[in-house]
Amino acid sequence: MTTDAAAGTSTPLPTDASSAPGSDDMVLQVEHLVVEFRSGRQRVQAVTDISFEVRKGETLGLVGESGCGKTTTGRALVQVQKATSGTVRFNGQDLTKLSGKALRATRTKMQMIFQDPISSLNPRRRIREIVAEPLAIWHMGSKAEREDRVRSMLESVGIDPETAGDRRPQEFSGGQCQRISIARALMANPSLLICDEPVSALDVSVQAQILNLLADLKEEFGLTMVFIAHDLAVVKNVSDRVAVMYLGKLVEVTGSDELYRSPAHPYTEALMASIPEPDPEHQSTHKALTGELPSPLNPPSGCRFRTRCPYAQQRCTDEEPPLRDIAPGHQVACHFPLIKTPAGSVTASV
Amino acid sequence: MSDRRAVGITEGRIEFPDVTDFADPLLVVKDLHTSFRTGRGTVHAVDGVSLSVDRGTTLGVVGESGSGKTVLARSIMGLLPVRDVIRSGTVEFTGHEMTTMAPAQLRQVWGAQMSMIFQDPMTALNPVVRIGNQITDSLRLHLEIDRKEANATAVELLRSVGIPSPEQRIRWYPFQLSGGMRQRVMIAIALACAPRLVLADEPTTGLDVSVQAQILDLLQAMQRERHMAVILVTHDLGVVAKRADEIAVMYAGRIVEKAPTRTLFAHTRMPYTRALMNSIPRLADPSGTRLHAIAGRPPDLIHPPEGCRFAPRCPYVQDKCRESDPPLRTAASSDHVFACWFPLVDGAPPPADGPVASVPGTSPS
Repeated sequence: MTTDAAAGTSTPLPTDASSAPGSDDMVLQVEHLVVEFRSGRQRVQAVTDISFEVRKGETLGLVGESGCGKTTTGRALVQVQKATSGTVRFNGQDLTKLSGKALRATRTKMQMIFQDPISSLNPRRRIREIVAEPLAIWHMGSKAEREDRVRSMLESVGIDPETAGDRRPQEFSGGQCQRISIARALMANPSLLICDEPVSALDVSVQAQILNLLADLKEEFGLTMVFIAHDLAVVKNVSDRVAVMYLGKLVEVTGSDELYRSPAHPYTEALMASIPEPDPEHQSTHKALTGELPSPLNPPSGCRFRTRCPYAQQRCTDEEPPLRDIAPGHQVACHFPLIKTPAGSVTASV
Repeated sequence: MSDRRAVGITEGRIEFPDVTDFADPLLVVKDLHTSFRTGRGTVHAVDGVSLSVDRGTTLGVVGESGSGKTVLARSIMGLLPVRDVIRSGTVEFTGHEMTTMAPAQLRQVWGAQMSMIFQDPMTALNPVVRIGNQITDSLRLHLEIDRKEANATAVELLRSVGIPSPEQRIRWYPFQLSGGMRQRVMIAIALACAPRLVLADEPTTGLDVSVQAQILDLLQAMQRERHMAVILVTHDLGVVAKRADEIAVMYAGRIVEKAPTRTLFAHTRMPYTRALMNSIPRLADPSGTRLHAIAGRPPDLIHPPEGCRFAPRCPYVQDKCRESDPPLRTAASSDHVFACWFPLVDGAPPPADGPVASVPGTSPS
């Protein structure tokens, strides 16, 4: 690799390309994103016309049940999954127009962490090789610089580089493997980190360790994050804003504390009710969710949640509710959003 | 086929008492040890566990990965490999000793008297057998009813676990169902012969929170209806907080605290139990609240640490903890036991260098 450096093909190690955060400093702008899959002769829309933005330094939580399209959205952000239509702008650049090397070069600045930490690491490689790979691919830095970087990054995620470097993934627990994949994701100094259910395969005790680690690293490296999960309590803990997704559509977007204080969409309320509180005296005031997600092959007419909504009315069948502002920074797609009464109980506005 | 099965069953037939007026505990486990011989040494997965379960009640068994909770459930059931396993202790179920039973006798217990719901319904169900047949198998074996009657019962069972249009679904294969639906089928199989005890090993761990709530509600409803006892094994105290009558917290192969659920939450004595409670993100906390993670990992069960096994990770550890092993002792109420030299007082940390708490003898749990 030193020959690379001599030949001048090696680029320097990436460093913090921190620009002064402006007020409209959008890292990610998604507009009218649609992702379609073919299923035999039919087409399934996994993601149906969603738009959202992520500001610099912000964590956006994306929450919903299995099959709601949240993972497909995450994959479409890095263009692993091609968008059928719509745009994904990353630092102002439309990724849907990029391909080949230009796309791959841009992707070094946006990295992903996956749900199953063990299967996302190559079982035959040593930890130091796995973590160094993002730099090796782009010939960044000299061999010695890369080794230094691997060592310091492993230390940042709480893995001892001396004992762990020469071992292979199967020698580590799920939580440790997740730390290693986080180290790998941060090697090329990305500005955006997309976490797809990074803790749902872990025990609650390890989950807390990883969530704290992500918060520390976000601070240390000035990261912007998109955090995808099905557990609203986890999402709320890490996110500044939360987008709730149901059957390919966004149903509510707001600040995470605001979402907890006054959930406006009945689906958000139902997700809250399903979280198991570690308190035998706790009484949930929210209505729990019944039934299963309808098939995206044949989504319900009007509001897609109406088949499971306790407040559904005729209008919900006839007319699809658009995502609209009900308060500054609080958007909801519902004809009859929930309103908190002075007494504290929640009712649907009619 | 059915004849051969019937023969297997009549050998050494066990008479199970009618438990509707059974005063004694349904299940009594005493000093259970299960170890595995491995290339690296002997793994003491379950290391002296005693517990009992009354009919119709739920015992929650909570601990991290590697605490021995799954091996405990399998040891109670008798589902362990034959080779390289060392076991001792007793498992008494409705007065019958399970650990000495012959395989033919165990088969009379499994499914009919005691059944298990596994964590991963995709691997626990047979992928090439229709779900209807997977349910009727045990019905026809244990209840000795004909195919038609068994099919009708299977349809009823699927309906009772909330599977829509069960008449069609009994002809489906597991891959045609979602994760939540598969777990419902697993529950239907486990409940088919109306067992008295169901062991649910992390029944909702791979599922979404919304589906998890549905599955746990279903299990609870079936339990009330049939008056079954349930042992619910999980890593999440939130799952058992409102569903278990009693909770046993396991750490490194042992029970470190056991109490009725409300007592456990209100008067936690063992720092590990408190740490497990605190590591769960709470919806009511503001966004960005730092979680109380438990540093480190559970110990290696080949060479468990000297003294208290939680000592290396305990925030209140003192010298005595590293030197001698705290026995299980009773707290204020006799049904609350814990193993700690410096227990929490009303949930607050113990005095930093206060006098060593007196030990009022060890109590058998």
